[in-house]
Amino acid sequence: MKKLLVLSTALTGMALPAVADVTVMSWGGAYGTSQVEAYIKPYTAETGVKVTMVDADNPATPVKAMVEANNVTVDVADVEYADAIRLCDEGMLEEIDPAMLPPAPDGTPATEDFLPGALTDCAVSTIVFSTVFAYDSSKFPEGPTSIHDFFDLEKFPGKRAMRKGAKANLEMALMADGVPAADVYATLETPEGVDRAFAMLDKIKKDTIWWEAGAQPPQLLADGEVAMTTAYNGRIFAAAVSEGKPFQVVWDGQVYEYDLFVIPKGAPNLEEAKKFVAYATDTQRLADQAKWISYGPARKSSGALVGLYQDGKTEMGPHMPTAAENLTNALPSSYEFWVDRDSELNERFNAWLAAN
Amino acid sequence: MALPVYADPLERLWYYTYHVICVAIFVFLISPILIIMPLSFNAEPYFTFTQKMVTFDPEGYSLRWYDLLLTHGMVTPDAPRDASWWEDVWANAAWVKAAKNSVIIGFWSTIVATVLGTLAALGLSRAEMPYRRLIMAILISPMIVPIIIIATGLFFFYSNPCAMFGFECGRLTSTYTGVVLAHATLGIPFVIITVTATLIGFDQSLSRAAASLGASPSRTFFKIVLPLILPGVISGALFAFVTSFDEVVAVLFIAGPDQQTIPRQMWNGIREAISPAILSVATILVLISIALLATVELLRRRSERIRGVTPQ
Amino acid sequence: MTDASSQLTTADGRPLKAALAAAQSRARRRAFLLVAPLLLFVVVTFILPIGQMLQRSVYHDGFSNSAPALGEWFANNPDGSELDESAYAALATDLAQMKKDKTAGEAGTRINYTIPGTRSLFTSSARGADKLEPPYKEALLALDAKWGEPLVWQAMRQASSPWTSDFYLIATDRQRTADGGVEQVPENERIYLWLFGKTFVLSAVITFLCLILAFPIAHLLATLPMAKSNLLMILVLLPFWTSLLVRTTSWIVLLQGQGVVNNILVSLGVIGDDGRITMIYNQTGTIIVMTHILLPFMVLPLYSVMRTIKPSYARAARSLGATSWTTFRRIYLPQTLPGIGAGALLVFILAVGYYITPALVGGADGQLISNLIQFHMSKSNWSLAAALSAMLLAGVLVLYWLYDRLVGIDKLKLG
Repeated sequence: MKKLLVLSTALTGMALPAVADVTVMSWGGAYGTSQVEAYIKPYTAETGVKVTMVDADNPATPVKAMVEANNVTVDVADVEYADAIRLCDEGMLEEIDPAMLPPAPDGTPATEDFLPGALTDCAVSTIVFSTVFAYDSSKFPEGPTSIHDFFDLEKFPGKRAMRKGAKANLEMALMADGVPAADVYATLETPEGVDRAFAMLDKIKKDTIWWEAGAQPPQLLADGEVAMTTAYNGRIFAAAVSEGKPFQVVWDGQVYEYDLFVIPKGAPNLEEAKKFVAYATDTQRLADQAKWISYGPARKSSGALVGLYQDGKTEMGPHMPTAAENLTNALPSSYEFWVDRDSELNERFNAWLAAN
Repeated sequence: MALPVYADPLERLWYYTYHVICVAIFVFLISPILIIMPLSFNAEPYFTFTQKMVTFDPEGYSLRWYDLLLTHGMVTPDAPRDASWWEDVWANAAWVKAAKNSVIIGFWSTIVATVLGTLAALGLSRAEMPYRRLIMAILISPMIVPIIIIATGLFFFYSNPCAMFGFECGRLTSTYTGVVLAHATLGIPFVIITVTATLIGFDQSLSRAAASLGASPSRTFFKIVLPLILPGVISGALFAFVTSFDEVVAVLFIAGPDQQTIPRQMWNGIREAISPAILSVATILVLISIALLATVELLRRRSERIRGVTPQ
Repeated sequence: MTDASSQLTTADGRPLKAALAAAQSRARRRAFLLVAPLLLFVVVTFILPIGQMLQRSVYHDGFSNSAPALGEWFANNPDGSELDESAYAALATDLAQMKKDKTAGEAGTRINYTIPGTRSLFTSSARGADKLEPPYKEALLALDAKWGEPLVWQAMRQASSPWTSDFYLIATDRQRTADGGVEQVPENERIYLWLFGKTFVLSAVITFLCLILAFPIAHLLATLPMAKSNLLMILVLLPFWTSLLVRTTSWIVLLQGQGVVNNILVSLGVIGDDGRITMIYNQTGTIIVMTHILLPFMVLPLYSVMRTIKPSYARAARSLGATSWTTFRRIYLPQTLPGIGAGALLVFILAVGYYITPALVGGADGQLISNLIQFHMSKSNWSLAAALSAMLLAGVLVLYWLYDRLVGIDKLKLG
């Protein structure tokens, strides 16, 4: 007993002061790994600053709760565009001056090097990712080819999985119902358009599993729990290429957008957080990330540096959401729409989900 | 229950059916716990018995998932396994860190719950205790109130513990103290229940005898009362420890990245990508519960023996 | 008797009655002092935090804090006053201030709780608020026609005081009408009462299943010789001591599409490879796993009651000519009722507040009210989470009180 007491005290003594210098909250799984490899490992190696990675289903949610409860424990968070704008509007994020971001290697200032819209008052984009749907090609050798097929249980029987939330699902449902990508948000602005999207989702509701964490969809496919699932494209890529799973991405009807780094207001290590964000979003780091996952870098100067996957043979270009051949029927997610309508449509979505 | 001699054929049939039903229910109870043990040695990343496993081909089995528990989160998992490799495991492996946290938090919350709980149980089992029923109801309530409500309340309270007194004094979220206090609260009902149960059979005249022979109250407690109720106290402490060791919701709400426990790690694993590594953790945890259960059983029997109570 | 005892005295001459009373109150104080530290601990780390959290169900200052001018206007103009220029001027002042303080989102969120879809009204109007010119009524209506809706003004009036019953209205699927009355929300938006109902129904189903499964084995354990029953008891206690997450994991492994049960059924040819049964990530999963987890809580109280039932009654009934079924129904079953009551209440209480298992294996339709509380917590809709918590807690406390009355909490046993 006494020995245990001593041991335990020693452990407490050891564990308490070992607070991480920078804590980053991100989405876990293959994406989290890509950030650890491309940003965190080199940063720690160069500066000696310890960076801890924490996972969340959608970091924007805990960040908001933390700031509101005055209980912020993370320094940097990785969020979606609409959430970055919304949190910034509500004064929950530190502003990030683009002047502190490093210029491109050729001297182009960051403000011009980043893709249009990739820098906002409070956020710095890292990558472009996409919500796509994917299937197990061993189950459908003839494969679904269009977003409409995802909602067609007769032609392609089997369970489906979708993200538990309104965003991207409603857009995909409308595109599957024949709405051209350009008209999707105009349609969703009207109550009839929303009803139309839910009516489409109704078709597969009984056969759908709802995922929350980005790591779940490839797992659901691998376990054979579902035949098709919507997913973040990089997760499917990672499972297909690095683990050799027979997963096929269907780009038709993809919804793509930026992912951004933000610093919550009241971050415990504000200065370190800023330094980390500046380092992680420089040209080389963003290009390096594409070695680990198929997300497009948000800097123009990084594009040229993107080459092969870390296995040394897979060309990354065709796997990026922004590759020309993947954009034939693609929708850029509208942050203007989701900033205002997110809570309302999610409420409707939850009521719809709970009802039988 | 033997079959009575006067049973008719229908009753005989029922008698055997009844036993079959009972066996089926016992299988329902115990098989989920046993099934994960062999599966945790699966050589393949599947959750089912492969052909090689069924035919007991040694190739179907491996320790890879146990190995993963050590290497996951390490800085240099592929380095040769010398002393510095083990140092790396001890310092960085995610599951090892979680295990350390679970032990630290479990240990201290058990101490708090057991000391306070035993004292209170001593008071509660006295005949003179005022408002006994009400106070007992309050002290047991952490076991009854839905955990989500407790965790929510603690989240706000720990964000600014002094808010109700009108000033700021730092916070308890993301601290070991916060998690320990929360787990102590959750473990208290178990200590109260087991210790009061032991005290019911306690002969009060023993402590009166000690007092009449001139022993001080504290001497009476340590020399007479404590040795007799010790089995109950230890059982209560084990219950409190298991409660903390198994708790995930409070940790989800109030712990920071430095206080991740084993259940918290498992929670992530189950929700996102359930790998057979989870099964190897689960197997280890089952072995721990078997050890704890055996301890409690031995204590209970010992307690019955020394108090001369025959099992009913 | 009273006279006699009042004349008795102790050795030092005090009346015995007084001395006894003093000794008793001293003993009472001592007993209480032993309990006091824990009581204080539980009050500070448990009762007060929950009370503080529940206060949020009737208190939300998101709008009242950032709209002082409107608050004043509402105070001076009772319900039903005409929405004149002064009202819109107050609104314009507040919106401009919201833009400056970045509080439009917060204020809009508060109104959005009562009228979904109004958050953007505040954020978009606040963006242009510093450019507004009088007359403000026209200017604001031109910005967004929604500013003319009485319902919006009614919601703002309600929110202009931080103390509110709005969240209990929402939690019971009701909303305010423009004239201040209360009505049910449209059918496709009703969710909370229905989910409460579902939580209670599922808990009842689980309790019933636990009873059905616990009764035979408790009976077996109670009638076997002690040595054998102690051995079998371990089979009940081991799950009880095993981590909840471990048991949940095991069930996922057993029940999932490619899991052990489905694989066995397929290899036996009971079902085809494409006909695998979905037993998890839905309501069925929640019921199966929760029944397994709560079963020991039913077996233990049943067992301790059945142990005390003497077999002689049943034998007597048989010898008087009762059939075995009648004997069971009329003699044995009534004697087990205290155990059934204790076990069923305990299982039901624990089931109603369950969170972990439904969250992990419940999928979309196997979620309980606790999961919805967590959902609103994570979305920072704390007041609604608190209102739902208060309702759930009230239900649990009533059951707890019932348990104490019928069984007595000191009868609670843990193996």
